[in-house]
Amino acid sequence: MKCKLCENKRVSQDYCKEHFLKYFEEKVEKTIKEHEMLSKKDKVCVAASGGKDSITVLYLLWKLGYNVSALAIDEGIEGYRDHTLEFLSKFCKKHKIPLKIKSYEKEVGKRLDTTVPKGNHACHICGTFRRHLLNKYTQKYDKIATGHNLDDECQAVMMNLVKGQTKLFSRQGPKTGQIEGFTQKIKPLYLMKEKEIMTYSFLKGFNTPFNECPYANQSFRAKVRDFVNKLEYENPGTKENIINKYLDLRKPVKEKSINKCQVCQSPCSSTICKTCRIKQEINA
Amino acid sequence: MKIRIEKPKDDKETFFEGTAKELLEQLEINAEEDLITRNGEIVKLEEELKDDDNIEILSVVSGG
Ligand code: SF4
Ligand SMILES: [Zn+2]
Ligand SMILES: [Zn+2]
Repeated sequence: MKCKLCENKRVSQDYCKEHFLKYFEEKVEKTIKEHEMLSKKDKVCVAASGGKDSITVLYLLWKLGYNVSALAIDEGIEGYRDHTLEFLSKFCKKHKIPLKIKSYEKEVGKRLDTTVPKGNHACHICGTFRRHLLNKYTQKYDKIATGHNLDDECQAVMMNLVKGQTKLFSRQGPKTGQIEGFTQKIKPLYLMKEKEIMTYSFLKGFNTPFNECPYANQSFRAKVRDFVNKLEYENPGTKENIINKYLDLRKPVKEKSINKCQVCQSPCSSTICKTCRIKQEINA
Repeated sequence: MKIRIEKPKDDKETFFEGTAKELLEQLEINAEEDLITRNGEIVKLEEELKDDDNIEILSVVSGG
C-alpha cells in the first residue's frame, strides 16, 4: 500500500516513514498551540520515566526549541526502574538536556519495594509520592509536561464514567488548571494514539526498553483498555471521538481553597498532606 | 517462522504463511496494542508474510 502523499510504502495507517514523522510532529505542535500549553519563554520540566511516551515528549519539546529539562522519580522497584533510568540518563546526555533524579529512598525514607506488598495499595502510595515530588522539584518551572496519550486519556474518561466519578472527570484534560502552589501540568501527546507514539519512537530509533512494573495492578484499567481497543479496531476513530465529546461536555471545577501542610508546607486541602500522612504510617 | 513477542513474553517457531493481520488474529493479539516488525522494519497488516521471516511483535502498551 502506498503513502497517501507519495509513492513510498506505508508504515502507518496513511503515511510512509517521512510523511508519518512529519504528520506526528506537526500534530503535537498544533496540540501545544491550540491548547495554549507552552510559550517559548516558559521553563518546562518533563516528568520522564525513560519509556517511549516521556522520551517522545522530551525529544519533541527539545526539537521544537523549548527551554526543557527532565525530572525522573526513582520509586525503588528492583529490576524495573533501574533499566529505564539508565536509558533516560544516556538519552539526556546525548541531547544535552539537564536531568534530575529524585528517589523515594532519599525523599521519603524508604524504597517502594521495601515498603509495601504488591497490589492497589502500592500504586496508591507510589502515585501520591510521585505527584508530591514532581510538584516539589518543579517549583522553579512554569510547566510540567507528561507523556499522557490519547489511549491513557480515553481510559481515564471511560473509567470515571463507569465509576460515576464526575469530579475527577472534570479534572482531566490537556492541561491542569492554575492553582497556587501547584506547577501546571500539560500533556503534549494528548491527541496521539499509543500505537502512533510507538511507531514514531521506533522510526526514530529511540529503542526505549520495554518494561512493566511488577507492582502494576491495573485489572480494571486493563479491562477498559481492551474494550476501547476492540472498539477502535472495529471502528477506527473511536478514541478521538470519545475525547472530543469529553472536551465538549467538560465543565471546569471550582477547586477548594488551598492550605499548607503543617509538616512539610506543601499545598494541600487539609492540615497534613497525604504524603506526610503515608510517611508517618510507613515509618511508624 | 520465528516469532518473538514482547507481551506476553514469548519466543516461538511455527509454520505460518498469510497476512500480518491473519497472524495477529491467530495469536489473538489486537492490532491496536502491538507493532509488527520484520528485519527492523514495520510491517502493515495487509502485507504477506513468508514462513522464513523473522517477526518481532512489539507491545505498544506501556507498563506502570
Ligand atoms: S504501576 Fe504502581 S507501583 Fe508501579 S510505578 Fe506505577 S504507580 Fe508505581
Ligand atoms: Zn509519503
Ligand atoms: Zn506534608
